[in-house]
Amino acid sequence: MARLIVTRLLLSIVLIVISSIAIFFLMSLVPGDPARTILGANATPDAVARLQDQLGLNQPLLVQYTTWLGGAVRGDLGESVFSGDPVVTLILARVPVTLSLILLSTIVIAALGTGLGLLSAVRGGPVGTFLDAISLVGLALPSYWVAIVLVALFAVAIRIFPATGYTALTDDPGAWLLSLVLPVAALSLGGVTIVAKQMRDSAMDVLARDYIRVLRSTGVRERTIVLKHVLRNAALPSLTVLGLTVVGALTGAVFVENVFVLPGLGTLVTQATTSHDLPVVLGVGVFFTLFVIIVNLIIDVLYGVLNPKVRVQ
Amino acid sequence: MRASSASRAMSAGLGRRVLRKPIAVISGFVLIVIVGGSFAAPWIAPYDPLEQNLRIAKEGPSLAHLLGTDSLGRDILSRLMFGGQESLSGVVVAVLSMLILAIPLGIVAGYLGGVFDRVILRVVDVLLSIPGTIITLAVLAIFDNNMVVAMVSVGVLASGAFIRVFRSATLSVRQELYIGAARVSGLSQARIMVDHVLPQIRGVLLVQVTLFAAATLGIQTGLAFLAFGPPPPAPTWGGMVAEAASLIQTDPWMLVPTGGVIALTTLALCLLGDALRDANQERFTLAGLVGEKVVKTTAPPPATPSPRLATAADPDDEAGVPGAPDALLTVRGLSVGFGAAGRETTAIQRVDFDVSPGEIVGLVGESGSGKTVTALAVLGLLGANGRITAGSVRLGSDELVGMSSAKLREVRGARIAMISQEPMGALDPSFRVGSQIVEAIRAHERVGRAEARTRSRHLLEAVRLDPAIASRYPHEISGGMAQRVAIAMALAGRPDLLIADEPTTALDVTVQADILELLRTLQAETGMAVILVSHDWGVVADLCSRAIVMYAGEVVERAAVADVFETARHPYTAALLRSNPHGAEAGTLLPTIGGSVPAPHQWPHGCHFADRCPLVTAECREAPVEMVHLDGDRASRCIHIDELAEAKV
Repeated sequence: MARLIVTRLLLSIVLIVISSIAIFFLMSLVPGDPARTILGANATPDAVARLQDQLGLNQPLLVQYTTWLGGAVRGDLGESVFSGDPVVTLILARVPVTLSLILLSTIVIAALGTGLGLLSAVRGGPVGTFLDAISLVGLALPSYWVAIVLVALFAVAIRIFPATGYTALTDDPGAWLLSLVLPVAALSLGGVTIVAKQMRDSAMDVLARDYIRVLRSTGVRERTIVLKHVLRNAALPSLTVLGLTVVGALTGAVFVENVFVLPGLGTLVTQATTSHDLPVVLGVGVFFTLFVIIVNLIIDVLYGVLNPKVRVQ
Repeated sequence: MRASSASRAMSAGLGRRVLRKPIAVISGFVLIVIVGGSFAAPWIAPYDPLEQNLRIAKEGPSLAHLLGTDSLGRDILSRLMFGGQESLSGVVVAVLSMLILAIPLGIVAGYLGGVFDRVILRVVDVLLSIPGTIITLAVLAIFDNNMVVAMVSVGVLASGAFIRVFRSATLSVRQELYIGAARVSGLSQARIMVDHVLPQIRGVLLVQVTLFAAATLGIQTGLAFLAFGPPPPAPTWGGMVAEAASLIQTDPWMLVPTGGVIALTTLALCLLGDALRDANQERFTLAGLVGEKVVKTTAPPPATPSPRLATAADPDDEAGVPGAPDALLTVRGLSVGFGAAGRETTAIQRVDFDVSPGEIVGLVGESGSGKTVTALAVLGLLGANGRITAGSVRLGSDELVGMSSAKLREVRGARIAMISQEPMGALDPSFRVGSQIVEAIRAHERVGRAEARTRSRHLLEAVRLDPAIASRYPHEISGGMAQRVAIAMALAGRPDLLIADEPTTALDVTVQADILELLRTLQAETGMAVILVSHDWGVVADLCSRAIVMYAGEVVERAAVADVFETARHPYTAALLRSNPHGAEAGTLLPTIGGSVPAPHQWPHGCHFADRCPLVTAECREAPVEMVHLDGDRASRCIHIDELAEAKV
């Protein structure tokens, strides 16, 4: 187990270096002068030259990258072109918002997806049909549109939840939760249906296995069989899908944060994109990559915990 | 060239099969209307998308404006039609960039394998760990809001996942015979990939394209929603949703058509993708399993009509098995059907037998004779697909057929237990061996964990295993050990009757004897009755006092084992005995029974064995054969019993 984690971590470091190179060199493919693009056509040549200097654009690409990487290792991702604030400071201020949103969504997706999937595998019939219908809706409706409709229904028509804004957990836990209910609902809909469908398929597969029949033949209660043996064995493939949906929730968060005006990484990167603030975009990119890698690592470890065959190797 | 025509013929039917699905036709029609409406907008749109008229702003649907007007009085329908051009061409750009990368790389990785495969998969791993949204946003920041370049990057970033899909599709095609034939005939690798592999993965490709197009539409409109792409007043689908969002207080209607067109397009793409996937899978099942498929679709309703079940259901009128008041288990007229009610296939019918306390009975027959179904029916474990259609199963004085599932659960394990053929599949791979035995113990007895553990140790000792094995997982023990564990689980509830379904078939020959010896010892120690399901007469002769021979869903002979070995009273029993290696004379060829057991839907109207029987006459085929009772408690389902005795077949 420890070996698994160490090898995965080493692999992650390699992966993060490679993907940062990819991001960096992709950006160098820009035709023309990035500084000119950032500042717009009306900028003075003086300002363009200053920005070129600040971004290190007049140095060879390799030097640019190693300078950036050297800074990144020390926790320095440069400064915002506009506000001049350190990128790391900007990001760290907004991490709690995005993390709250994604953590809560993950809990909702895992709990509801597993529950619905298991229920429809065991009961079939109406639950299965309901699941199919909901999953079509979840697939077809864009998450930002769902978010707006939720606002229209539960914040405008019936004033239960705040339409926009965010309250920090440390300020007021109740208000924190209330401000996240609608965003989390909008963000989880798609994931719940995907996980539920996977759970249903693998639970039905497990229910057809010999060992389930053997357990029944020894008189073990059906509830125990479903909640212990079916759940445990069907959880493995569903876990992989859960990992993918959590990574996907990152993209969804960018849209949902914009609808609900949550001060998270999603709104930060959208604003930075609109204003061509490259160092901020790059910094958020590194954070998102880090997030993807951590999610994958957690999934791998959980997989090992749940699957005795992996644990031994 | 034959290879190529074969591959073409196989994929040719895909289009036709898709067109037979109503969902696919409707989705296709919706897509044609939306795409056509968008690109023909300059000619057919009712209004100029930019024409403002503040006097009719924010109106709902009307005859003049079918989908209403926006905050500046512009016609929403016209704006949606013009806006579609931007969104849909964005989707096309992304799909094309994905395909340009994913098709060649996926096919090369799958077909050539080796170094190519490893390098490409590494690149894919990296692509998959890059957060695509950020790169797309970065591209928008760098390329000054250029949506075309952004959609190219969406396609490139997504190609990783699709390279994997196309690679595995290629892997399965590579095994096909005609690919090998093409290689032998000297075609170059490149030609094979283009001419033979590509057409074969066409189905998978189409499915992935529709699903990716649906996902991309979400991203494209999402970016426009965040105000990237063409600036206002140019109409875009996402931009119009954003406008609707700013008006939810005063004009919530606008959310409906703007979100609706995106949802409708996405839904049509997803449903079309699903239909394509189904059609594509049908193609593979048709290509691979022609025979089986035909059998399935043309299977007539079981030739055996149900009237006879009515007679069998009446215990007094059934084939007159001698009443055994002291019997532990009494099975009468037991029939089982599989499949939907009303159209089910009969798997066993009119099965009668008794088991006395402490007796070992052999249930003998070839595969497909219905032994296992009989065993499962006794336990009420036929699964969701099967059900008992007639008959009775009595355990002591309790009727098990129709018993509530809660009551039946108390019977299972505590009064009747089972061990199955496949010991490795019989244990849950996720739990330690010991915990599964403890679970079986605690299913019937309210004992604490510690006490249950002690008992499970005793059980492991009883099946001659080291109790330390309790902490191992099923994949860490051998098949023989797993079968001993399964026996321990079966014994946990101290059953009166153990059904052992071919307990040694899946095991090594050296282990088989040990397990049988163990069963014999345990039976002697506990005094439980055993039904031993087997196809091996040697095993039956060794362990059992009586034998029940089954053929094609029916009991054909019941007799004491010693009597059977003296003279078989059914031609099938006789043939089985002759083909058994244990009784064969050294140096002679082992005789086999010609033909095979007919599947349930092929059962003849008369004697089920008629087609393979040396004694068959026209009379045998006329009507179902009843059980004939002989001296003692012997019985045989044959109308030529006397000839059998003379002919000694």
